[in-house]
Amino acid sequence: MAGKHKHVDEVSGVETTGHEWDGIRELDNPMPRWWVYTFYTTIIWAIGYAIAYPSWPLLTDTTKGVLGYSSRAQVATDLADAKAAKAGYNERIAASTVEEIIADPQLQQFAISAGASAFKVNCAQCHGSGAAGAKGFPNLNDDDWLWGGKPEEIYQTIAHGIRYSRDAETRVSEMPAFADMLTPEQLRQTAAFVVSLSVTPPQRELADKGKKIFTENCASCHGADAKGNREMGAPNLADSIWLKGKGEQAIINQVKAPKNGIMPAWAPRIGDTTVKELAVFVHSLGGGE
Amino acid sequence: MLQPPMIKALVERLDAEPVNAARVRKPLYQKRRKIFPKRAEGRFRRFKWLVMLLTLGIYYLTPSIRWDRGAHAPDQAVLVDLAARRFYFFFVEIWPQEFFFVAGLLVMAGLGLFLVTSAVGRAWCGYACPQTVWVDLFLMVERFIEGDRNARMRLDASLWTVEKIRKRVAKHAIWLVIGVATGGAWIFYFADAPSLLKSFVTLEAPPVAYFTVAILTATTYVFGGLMREQVCTYMCPWPRIQATMLDENSLVVTYNDWRGEPRSRHAKKAAAAGEVVGDCVDCNACVAVCPMGIDIRDGQQLECITCALCIDACDGVMDKLGREQGLISYATLSDYAANVALATNNGTAAIDPRRVRGADGAFVDKVRHFDWRIVFRTRVIVYFAAWALMGLGLVFALASRDRLELNVLHDRNPQYVVESDGSVRNGYTVKLLNMIPEPRTIRLMMEGMPSATMRVAGRAAGSGRSFAIAVEPDKVTSVKLFVTLPMGKTAEAAHAFALVAEDPLTHERGVYQANFNLPGAAQ
Repeated sequence: MAGKHKHVDEVSGVETTGHEWDGIRELDNPMPRWWVYTFYTTIIWAIGYAIAYPSWPLLTDTTKGVLGYSSRAQVATDLADAKAAKAGYNERIAASTVEEIIADPQLQQFAISAGASAFKVNCAQCHGSGAAGAKGFPNLNDDDWLWGGKPEEIYQTIAHGIRYSRDAETRVSEMPAFADMLTPEQLRQTAAFVVSLSVTPPQRELADKGKKIFTENCASCHGADAKGNREMGAPNLADSIWLKGKGEQAIINQVKAPKNGIMPAWAPRIGDTTVKELAVFVHSLGGGE
Repeated sequence: MLQPPMIKALVERLDAEPVNAARVRKPLYQKRRKIFPKRAEGRFRRFKWLVMLLTLGIYYLTPSIRWDRGAHAPDQAVLVDLAARRFYFFFVEIWPQEFFFVAGLLVMAGLGLFLVTSAVGRAWCGYACPQTVWVDLFLMVERFIEGDRNARMRLDASLWTVEKIRKRVAKHAIWLVIGVATGGAWIFYFADAPSLLKSFVTLEAPPVAYFTVAILTATTYVFGGLMREQVCTYMCPWPRIQATMLDENSLVVTYNDWRGEPRSRHAKKAAAAGEVVGDCVDCNACVAVCPMGIDIRDGQQLECITCALCIDACDGVMDKLGREQGLISYATLSDYAANVALATNNGTAAIDPRRVRGADGAFVDKVRHFDWRIVFRTRVIVYFAAWALMGLGLVFALASRDRLELNVLHDRNPQYVVESDGSVRNGYTVKLLNMIPEPRTIRLMMEGMPSATMRVAGRAAGSGRSFAIAVEPDKVTSVKLFVTLPMGKTAEAAHAFALVAEDPLTHERGVYQANFNLPGAAQ
């Protein structure tokens, strides 16, 4: 081929490769020398790289490389570094009460950030990613607190849960079912009264009757003024926030066959430090007391 | 078959040569020919020294200028503070969102290049381009150590003696020192220069500083010392673009062949013999001084950076010969063409210097000379107008820009919160940008939505419609704001209000039109 019949291009005086396509011949200019050297350098580099780092697949494993590099070890190092960077804060949080954390702006800022990410992982499933809750799951942004909105109270709630049978210190209360104790008529009257506490009553007569029933049956927990009792997590019925739904029918349903929400105790799962961070975060949402 | 004498009789033989004949054929790749520019002397050389002194002085010394900005900002006159994302230029401080000033300056630089090029040709290439300036500096060092053109050529051709090694080592060492100084000056623009210099020499500076200096040392040394004219010829895009910037009225370095040709090395003898000779004595001084290694007498060339050193060299020769200067000169192509037409009798004959000179040796009146008024033509004026408009716009923007800003982010999750008393609460994250290097107290106020109140999270001060907030100097202060609209007012028609940040002392204001979300509206 080319070795035998050297063809030299007339115009440029350069040898061609010897191939011809439709009368077009390819010039056989050499590559620029710096380019060739760069190419050789990359080959040498690749050999060195393959020796230094894990590269060649074997039957069950790969070569380890002389530098002993491992991406898994690298991740472990990075994680350890991140942990070490947080260690100072975490130790201080572990040693402080929630009140003390809030009093220290720097520590509070750290706890809010840490709590916000812990919230997304552990709490958002029920309370929503913005902590706005849903029917049956309290909104943590507002100023209505079933068990109290002070930092220590929030901490207690998160750490030990609500009606969580596996925790001895859990918050417990139970609303009795009135389905068998009150007639449907009485239920309606009661509901009409409760509604009247926060909204203009549509049925004054019903409400007046309901007041009597309320005083006899409900005031022991919810208070004579229906403002609730945080000792037993009895909701304030005189405000505009309704955990189990708004309106007479929702109230009737809840009085007949109450639903009592359960929240697990979080301290055993995520640790005391994270619970403190969560308490600080929830307290910062705007309704904290 | 016809015999040769028959052909001669039938066909006239023409004297023509194809441009790509084998005789003139060159390989596509040509090895670099070493260039040993001779030292030039004259007005353009002096101007070039001046520009070099000025530009290098600005580059190397600017980072050492101090500028007192008080206790809360760095005291360096020109500083690109990447870590804090601030750019300081004397009395101007630029925040990241004001980066359009830098973009505007770059646009001005581009327009300025067009303006200068269309008016006076490739002045940038010849005098101000960093490549030109540093090559000049490197050539100066080379000349200082190895001598001028002839000495350097001899040295280059000689065997490797101790003397040659000594000279070469000295030259490259000084070049490298210049390279290090260049890289060093560069990093000083990005940090406090004195403290960086200290940490740099004590090997405590961040690795990126050493890396940057190493790269800039290498590029300065390689581009300025080793590659020189090849950067302009092969790497720089500007020679390719400049053709569109130039027109027949732009100044270019021109060999005035209408008075120089026919050139003769033995002009006196030829003149005595009655031959017509031009002013060019073919001394090649113009080629010897050219840092690009070209012969300007071959006409306009891509390689020419219009540094005018050939003009200086030729003028010196003309002075010695007692002839007028300007055989090589800055001329416009239209003037040149007119003079050539004159010398060639409108192109009907070869150049005859007698057509441009009278019997007394002076140029005839018809010879066109450069007229400075040609600079003020439409093209230049349009470029200048665009450049000046941009500049005025930037000055206006600089004079009227805010030093107090407020950015507001409305909480989206949740959109609103109903409080136990039936009122509705919205959350906002308010960022107060205090863009002066002094602490101040900013009053944050609500305007509109008269029944609403606000409170600042983390403050015991309770709720109201106005708060005083202390902001740090030259920083963004972020506050969380809760705005509450009482029950019964939620039916009000407009649920928009304005958040106003005001400096009570200077009455600077920042205003943000905020929305307020309600249960009904959001559903």
